[in-house]
Amino acid sequence: MIDALILTILMTSVPLILAATGELVVERSGVLNLGLEGMMLMGAVSAFALTYASGSLIVGLLAGIVAGCLTAAIFGFFVLGLATNQVATGLALTIFGTGLSGLIGSDFVGKAIKGLPTLFPESFSNIPLIGVFFALDAIAYLSILIVFLVWIILFKSKYGLILRASGISHNSAHSLGYKVLNVRWCAVLFGGMMAGLAGAYLPLMLTPHWSEGMTSGRGWIALALVVFASWMPSRIIYGAILFGAITIMQLAGQARGWTIPPQFLSSLPYVATIIVLVLISSRGSAKYLAPSDLTRPFIASK
Amino acid sequence: MKNNRFIIFAGLIAIVAIVYYFATNVEQLDDEDKTMKVAFVYLTNPGDHGWTYAHEVGRLQVQEHFGDKVETSYVENVPEGPDATRVIRELAQNGNDMIFTTSFGYMEPTLKVAKEFPDIKFDHITGYMRAENMATGNIRFYEGRFVQGVVAGLTTKSNKIGYVAAFPIPEVIQGINSFAQGLRSVNKNATISVVWANTWYDPVKEGDAAKVLIAEGADVLAQHTDSPSMLQTAEKAGVHGFGQSSDMHDFAPSAQLFASVNNWGPYYIAQIEKAMDGSWTTGEGPDHWAGNTWKGLSDDFLVLTDFKNMPASVAKAAQEARDGIADGSINIFSGPMMDNEGNQILASGEVLDDGGLWAMNYYVEGVIGKIPN
Repeated sequence: MIDALILTILMTSVPLILAATGELVVERSGVLNLGLEGMMLMGAVSAFALTYASGSLIVGLLAGIVAGCLTAAIFGFFVLGLATNQVATGLALTIFGTGLSGLIGSDFVGKAIKGLPTLFPESFSNIPLIGVFFALDAIAYLSILIVFLVWIILFKSKYGLILRASGISHNSAHSLGYKVLNVRWCAVLFGGMMAGLAGAYLPLMLTPHWSEGMTSGRGWIALALVVFASWMPSRIIYGAILFGAITIMQLAGQARGWTIPPQFLSSLPYVATIIVLVLISSRGSAKYLAPSDLTRPFIASK
Repeated sequence: MKNNRFIIFAGLIAIVAIVYYFATNVEQLDDEDKTMKVAFVYLTNPGDHGWTYAHEVGRLQVQEHFGDKVETSYVENVPEGPDATRVIRELAQNGNDMIFTTSFGYMEPTLKVAKEFPDIKFDHITGYMRAENMATGNIRFYEGRFVQGVVAGLTTKSNKIGYVAAFPIPEVIQGINSFAQGLRSVNKNATISVVWANTWYDPVKEGDAAKVLIAEGADVLAQHTDSPSMLQTAEKAGVHGFGQSSDMHDFAPSAQLFASVNNWGPYYIAQIEKAMDGSWTTGEGPDHWAGNTWKGLSDDFLVLTDFKNMPASVAKAAQEARDGIADGSINIFSGPMMDNEGNQILASGEVLDDGGLWAMNYYVEGVIGKIPN
């Protein structure tokens, strides 16, 4: 019974890990993309539509990634190309993605597909104690690998240094000769791909059908998660599992007749994020602060 | 210069006003023909395979029944609140003779517009507020849940039933209690664990709730939320469940035992017929949750899909329960009835009236836990 609960917690946290890791890279480069929810929905609807049409989950996953990337490109065009306000553009992207995904998906409501299989044979999951960690699908393992790679690239490579420099002081990075806009473009597109993959995970794995607005605020939780993780990749995994555990335990608590109000438990991820924000600013350690040029448009001086 | 601008501005306003005046007048001329215009206001897209879909099926039945005599239209994705007021008012201005507003949250907007347009008939679904030209209609959804309880009681092996519910409002509590009454009529050892999702619609959360309930040992699941994810989860885990609002067989071919389907067509047709022959009324007495029309299995307002994935003996018991409710030989809430803390609600021989149904703030025996505040 505990195994099944842990498995549910892990699966719930996968889309959060994916979306938050993408957003972390975007924010590290100095761009805040509040359009996560919209990009996830575009990824979700494209993944479902193409899986349904082609019968292939691989095609569906790729479609989700491409759709997220294209949606992010719209955001990039305005924010990086035209230097518009990032907060307003991001919010607009969420509204746009919600609406367009609903329009595209209207023909696919009420259709069912077969979801992703688990990566390992079913007998593996019967191993006592650790069996549950073999009961996941390929994307779940991939998400951990991606977090690890992002950490390596961000903190152990030259490219990561350039990306972080663009986020901390784009003028300094620019005067050193780095193309800040190009760096940010790469980050924004990567963020879109990750959001698209996170979105695709919902209709392909968690609930194998499409319905309008099916992310139901998970994009916003992922945004909170980036802050909760204080822009450090590894903490996204802990944070996502913690957020997932809170969600699942409040459901499990109810099933067992505990009397904690579920509304209170539902609000815990946001409360935890605010507490982390307070801790960050009171300690004043620059290592855990938001990139200082976050949300500031970069316009190259000539 | 300033004066010039003012004159141009005033001129523009005058032109807009004149055009608007004629535009609205032209539309008023239009409805002198004999066709009755009926409009529907929908909460979501009719393709949702749930609540709104059932209303759309009803609208199509109306269109088929009346043919040329009635012209129907609908507005979809109307949020509850000020937007609804605007949409309903627009429909009233556009010459509709009758307007059905199909969600609880349209109650006050409908009432507001009804007062502005005394000649138009308004019909609000699932509310309790009425006016001289505003009627209310509702379905006895809980009747289907009694039959679900009977089937669940005969199907479960673990004697644990999981119930995914949206919000602790009277309609949902009625459903849980009715389910429990059906369950305990055939299986006194079975219990219901309720998980409140605090949303009508969040597929992932509904699926998570179902997974948690299965992990806790439930082998039959019921839901009072709108997406098919609970059934999909049940299908994957090899347990059983019931569909909500519409037939969800395609999502869970081997898990769905049956679904209670809301059938609004007969209600819409009856109301429109009454409006045509002049017998349409909004009823007497105080405002009441039950509204002036509150019917269920007996009038086919609620229909059950085929009983599947169960032995013939269980299907027979289900059919008997359904027929018993429809012909009145089964009264779901009749004494002796206790709440789950051991207090007596009904003495032997007593039955709960409609007022009592809408005042439920307790779980009956067989349900675990407390209703959250």
